[in-house]
Amino acid sequence: MSEVLVLVDHVDGDVRKTTAEMLTVARRLGEPSAVFVGQGYAAAKETLARYGAAKVYVADDAVYTDHLVAPVAELLADLVARTSPAAVLVASTNDAKEVAGRLAIKTGSGLITDAVDVATGDAGLRVTKSVFAGSYTVAAQVGTGTPIITVKPNSIPAEESAASPTEETVTTEVSDVARAARVTSRTAKEKSGRPSLTEAAIVVSGGRGTGGDFGPVEAFADALGAAVGASRAAVDAGWYPHSHQVGQTGVSVSPQLYVAAGISGAIQHRAGMQTSKTIVAVNKDAEAPIFELVDFGVVGDLFTILPQAADKVQQNKG
Amino acid sequence: MNIVVCVKYVPDAQGERGFESDRTTDREGVDGLLSELDEYAVEEALKIVEAGEGEVTVLTMGPEDAATAIKKSLQMGAHQGVHVLDEAIAGSDAVATSLVLAEAVKKCGEVDLVLTGLASTDGVMSVVPAMLAERLGLPQVTFASELTVEGGHVRIRRDNESFSETVEADLPAVVSVTDQINEPRYPSFKGIMAAKKKPVQTWSLADLGVDPSQVGLDAAWARVEETQARPPREAGEVVTDEGQGGEALADFLAARRLA
Ligand SMILES: Cc1cc2nc3c(=O)[nH]c(=O)nc-3n(C[C@H](O)[C@H](O)[C@H](O)COP(=O)(O)OP(=O)(O)OC[C@H]3O[C@@H](n4cnc5c(N)ncnc54)[C@H](O)[C@@H]3O)c2cc1C
Ligand SMILES: Cc1cc2nc3c(=O)[nH]c(=O)nc-3n(C[C@H](O)[C@H](O)[C@H](O)COP(=O)(O)OP(=O)(O)OC[C@H]3O[C@@H](n4cnc5c(N)ncnc54)[C@H](O)[C@@H]3O)c2cc1C
Repeated sequence: MSEVLVLVDHVDGDVRKTTAEMLTVARRLGEPSAVFVGQGYAAAKETLARYGAAKVYVADDAVYTDHLVAPVAELLADLVARTSPAAVLVASTNDAKEVAGRLAIKTGSGLITDAVDVATGDAGLRVTKSVFAGSYTVAAQVGTGTPIITVKPNSIPAEESAASPTEETVTTEVSDVARAARVTSRTAKEKSGRPSLTEAAIVVSGGRGTGGDFGPVEAFADALGAAVGASRAAVDAGWYPHSHQVGQTGVSVSPQLYVAAGISGAIQHRAGMQTSKTIVAVNKDAEAPIFELVDFGVVGDLFTILPQAADKVQQNKG
Repeated sequence: MNIVVCVKYVPDAQGERGFESDRTTDREGVDGLLSELDEYAVEEALKIVEAGEGEVTVLTMGPEDAATAIKKSLQMGAHQGVHVLDEAIAGSDAVATSLVLAEAVKKCGEVDLVLTGLASTDGVMSVVPAMLAERLGLPQVTFASELTVEGGHVRIRRDNESFSETVEADLPAVVSVTDQINEPRYPSFKGIMAAKKKPVQTWSLADLGVDPSQVGLDAAWARVEETQARPPREAGEVVTDEGQGGEALADFLAARRLA
């Protein structure tokens, strides 16, 4: 069976959920080989095995993290040449998408971004993606080279399948041109203690309707164990950090439940949340376009509705 | 300082977007415009030359109507435009797009900086800038939410969910900018009048020395096999709060086993 290369999405060995999702897909397409780049493999090892990595390539040379994207693309290009994989899967993060773009050119391969599903079809892999802000679903195929696919987080349920991977440390001769963009500082962002936005099963977002007070949004999020998101209007006003912005120019989320509070539902906001499984909105304005998307909506003031809902959720938990 | 800004002509997201019978994006029957996210790249280029010296060339690859994207950029203040227009280009994937754009950048001569948006508003792949850097053999300095160009050197801030990074490189370089970087200007009346006299060149694939068989739908290495409009969402239940709205919400979540 052919290998399927999976570029591990992690932060210092803390493996993100997307990696488990990619390994789950990779098992359908061939034999998953995880490619771990950076520091912290010891911490990642157990998770990669639990989700069925048959092999792990470890590249911990600082060259891969001291420079932007290009060295990782060279590493993967070497591995593609060596292993002729059935596909290469990476997460739909900014960094990994760019790795995928460069890899496509280096290996003469087609690239499909933001897959929500990948299956084996009659004529190769069939990749499903959601486009035009969720208004269309398309099935796409790579006809040339090694299919290079970026996988959208939270789209494919991760399933465990224990394996005991063989490990191999890999390095490549990284070219000078790939070293041309240097990462000269890296500052970790403050952690909120809440789940990460792209991985969370539930996201509660606030918009301009919060008037700058995210208290009720955060309290409702905490009652549900949710991540907190924000509309661009709330971010532009300086009420919430940009890293929490949901939408076309923020993060794209696909949780089980998305709650929009005081958000009108502009097309650019929808682009980042329309694939959520269940959508709920709270808005004063019965005509707000967000209500066109909802499974459940409440017309009213978020400052009374969210606290009441949070209390009831707590009560129900008993 | 010579700056080339890549700008894409896209279907208006406020209108109905869809596909042609060959499953390529419908770009003829819909209203199109300069991809909003590319306005930030045009603005940043203008700020750089206004603070020093130099020329801004905007480059687009697209159908006849893509001239609209060039026009808007010229109205904002860019100095000249290049439109790569060729029947054979229709249906190109990202790999082919980056090939054509890279060859066009080369034909622009001495270029210090290639600026792009963070993503197009139709394909939204966010890969073309990295692909351009790969093809041009230039440093890739992408997703800039702050940009400083100084003494033959660029420095940006690049943010992701976990980190804020500083990335540096020597010019020439490919830089993509986010919508956090600036506030794009509106064309002034003067700008609109001046744009009418600015030069726009139209280049074909032959002008670029690109073999037509390397681009377009038939050559696409990745292509769409099937498209399906999302079934309209079944209208959900919307209640008006009369004192119990929060509880109704909690009950809905409990019934769906979401809380
Ligand atoms: C290029 C570009 C990219 C963009 N990218 C994004 C993006 O990534 N993400 C994004 O979100 N937007 C994005 N936008 C902006 C988008 O177009 C909207 O402007 C934005 O989403 C509006 O945010 P909002 O819904 O919070 O504010 P508004 O549209 O002002 O809506 C506020 C809502 O709150 C309601 N409200 C007010 N008070 C209360 C209350 N007490 N209780 C309940 N409801 C109340 C109002 O009825 C209203 O519906 C982008 C725009 C452009 C041009
Ligand atoms: C809904 C949809 C889905 C698609 N999916 C895929 C896919 O999975 N794989 C694939 O290979 N192709 C795909 N395509 C085709 C792809 O979008 C085009 O080839 C496109 O030109 C490059 O990708 P992008 O628009 O996403 O650009 P991005 O990488 O998002 O664009 C970033 C920047 O590059 C510059 N740029 C991009 N295109 C142009 C242009 N034509 N002229 C000037 N500057 C430009 C702009 O500065 C832009 O801001 C898709 C297209 C659509 C409409």
